[in-house]
Amino acid sequence: MKRTTLGGKVFRAALWVAFGLFFLFPLYAMADFSTRNLISGGRTLRAWQNLVADEALYQSIVISLLLAVFTVVGMLLILVPTMIWVRLRTPWAKGMVEFLCLLPLTIPALVIVVGLRNVYLWVTYFLGESALTLTFVYIVLVLPFAYRAIDAALASIDLKTLAEAARSLGAGWATTILRVVVPNIWSGILSAAFISIAVVLGEYTIASLSGYQTLQVQIVQIGKTDGPTSVAASLAVLLFGFVLLLVLSLVTRGRRRTQALDATAPIPTGVPE
Amino acid sequence: MTNGVAVELNNLTREYGSVKALDGFTLHIEPGEFVALLGPSGCGKTTALRILAGLDEATSGSVSVGGQDVSNVPANKRDMGMVFQAYSLFPHLTVLDNVAFGLKMRGKDKNERTSRAADMLDLVGLSAHKHKYASELSGGQQQRVALARALAIQPRVLLLDEPLSALDAKVRTQLRDEIRRVQLEVGTTTLFVTHDQEEALAVADRVGVMSQGKLEQLAAPADLYANPATPFVAEFVGLNNKVPAEVSGGQAQLLGTSVPTLEGSIGAGPGLAMVRPESVTVSPDPAGTSTVSSVAFLGAISRVYATLQDGSVISAQMASSGARVFSPGSSVTVGIEPTGVLVVKGDAA
Repeated sequence: MKRTTLGGKVFRAALWVAFGLFFLFPLYAMADFSTRNLISGGRTLRAWQNLVADEALYQSIVISLLLAVFTVVGMLLILVPTMIWVRLRTPWAKGMVEFLCLLPLTIPALVIVVGLRNVYLWVTYFLGESALTLTFVYIVLVLPFAYRAIDAALASIDLKTLAEAARSLGAGWATTILRVVVPNIWSGILSAAFISIAVVLGEYTIASLSGYQTLQVQIVQIGKTDGPTSVAASLAVLLFGFVLLLVLSLVTRGRRRTQALDATAPIPTGVPE
Repeated sequence: MTNGVAVELNNLTREYGSVKALDGFTLHIEPGEFVALLGPSGCGKTTALRILAGLDEATSGSVSVGGQDVSNVPANKRDMGMVFQAYSLFPHLTVLDNVAFGLKMRGKDKNERTSRAADMLDLVGLSAHKHKYASELSGGQQQRVALARALAIQPRVLLLDEPLSALDAKVRTQLRDEIRRVQLEVGTTTLFVTHDQEEALAVADRVGVMSQGKLEQLAAPADLYANPATPFVAEFVGLNNKVPAEVSGGQAQLLGTSVPTLEGSIGAGPGLAMVRPESVTVSPDPAGTSTVSSVAFLGAISRVYATLQDGSVISAQMASSGARVFSPGSSVTVGIEPTGVLVVKGDAA
C-alpha cells in the first residue's frame, strides 16, 4: 500500500482547512449577523424568533414546505411509473423522455414564466390564486435532477427480469412496481426527492415573477427592511438543505456499504450446491 | 405422480420487424411431461417459452393450456412458474420471502405461506438459508431458490429459460439432475429451454430441436441421437463429420465399409454421410492412407483428427488411454462402426 508522506499529509490538511474556511466562513458570517443586535449592540435571537413570530414569514415557510412536499409527491407519481414503463415496454421512447426531462435545464426561468402565463390563467381559474399552484411548474423544474437520480437507480438493477419474475408469480403491474421495483430503487427515489426539495426551497425567480409569496420571495422582501431576519431565514434554509443532503449521503452510504459487504461475503461452504 | 396439464403451442409466428423469430412453430406437450427445446442462439426457443409464459405476444397462432386457450390471458393470470436465465430473486427480500411471494399474490395467509415456502426450500435443500438475502447466496443456490419459488405456487406449467447457463460446469450438472429429480417428484408439465445438447438429452422426456423459428424434430433423447431427422438435427446433436458416401439399396459405402442408411437419407447416389465421432475408428497403420493431424485431450476422452486421402478431415472420439498411441503426422487407417448413418445430398450439408 502506498504510504502518504508527511508533506502530503500537511498539504491535505491545508486543503481541508482552506476549503472549510471558504465554505464555513460565509455561514459563520450569516450566523454572526443574524444574532447581532444592530440597535443596542450585543447578541439577540430576535431574528430567529421572527421566523415563527412574523406571520407573513411563517406563512411563506409553510407554503414553501408544502410546495416541496407536493412537488416531490407529484414528481414521483409521474416520473417513477413512466420511467419503469419506458424501460420495460417502450425502450424506443427512452431518448425522447430523457430529452423532455432534461429540457427545463436549458430554458431560462424568465422564458418559462412568460411561456406558462397563458396556461396559468386556466390553472388559477380552476384552482384559485394559490401559491401552491406553483407545484406544477416546480415538478417540471425538478425533472432533470430527479430523472438522473432515478435513471441511475433503475440502471443498477435487472429491471426486466425482476418485473417478469414478479409478473410470472401473479403480481399485477401496480404490485410489481410498488413491491418489487420501488424497494430496489429506493436510494434513487430518496436522492430524487431530496434534490427536488433543495431545488424548490432555493427557487426564487419563477415565484417572484409570478407574484407568489414563497420563502425565498419573503426573504428578499424582509431583507429590504430587516436584514438579520432575512439572513436568519436564509441560513435556516441552507442548514435544512445541508441536513437533507447529509441524511441522503448517510442513507445511500449505508446502502452502498451493505451491498459491498454482501458482494464480498464469502460463498457459503459446507452446504450442497 | 402427474400433476401436469397438456400444453399446446399451435402454429405460432412471432415477427420482430422483418425478422421471424417463430415461423409456424407447433409443439404439443403431454401432462407431466418434461420437454426440452434445444437450438442455437436466435432459433426462437426462448421466444416460444416467453409466449407460453405470457411475457411476449405471438403475431399469430394460439396457446392452449389444459385445453383452454390462454393466448389473451396476461402473464400474472396464467399460473405458470418460471426460472430465468439471469438471477431473478428479489434483492430486498429474504430467501423465505422470495419463495412465499407468489403465495402472497394469491392471497394465502401467512402461516400457509411460511409453511409452503419452507417445504419448497426443503425440497431444494436450502432450508438452512431461508433468512439470507440473494446477495449472500452462490449462483447455484440462487437458481435453486428460484426453482423453489416457481414451484411454491403449484404452477400448471414449469418454465425453465436456460436456468443453468450462468453456472459453472460442476454446479450445472448437479442442478440439472436436481431439476429433473424435483420435476419427477412434483410431476409438473415442464418446458426447458437450452442451447446445451448434453443438458437437454440428460433431463428431458422429449427433446425438440429448433432452427430458424421452426421445430426440426421432436423425439425422445435416445431416438433423437440415433435417428436424426434432418442434417441440422444431426449436426446439432454431435454428428459433425461429413464423409463422402455412395448409397444404393439402403446401404451406404463409406471409408471402405458398408453401413445401413437411416430414414431421411437419400435413396441412391453420392452424398455426404453424417458420422458421429464416437462411430469413427482409427488404428495405427504405417501403410495407412490417412494422417493424424492433431489430438485434443478432453480429460477422460480425446479427439483424434485425421486427414483422409481426399484431403477432408474427420474426427474420432475415443478413451484418452487409447489415444496416447497417436501423434500428429503418424499414418493411420480410418474406419466406421456399422451403425446406421444419415446420408444427405452433398450440397445440403
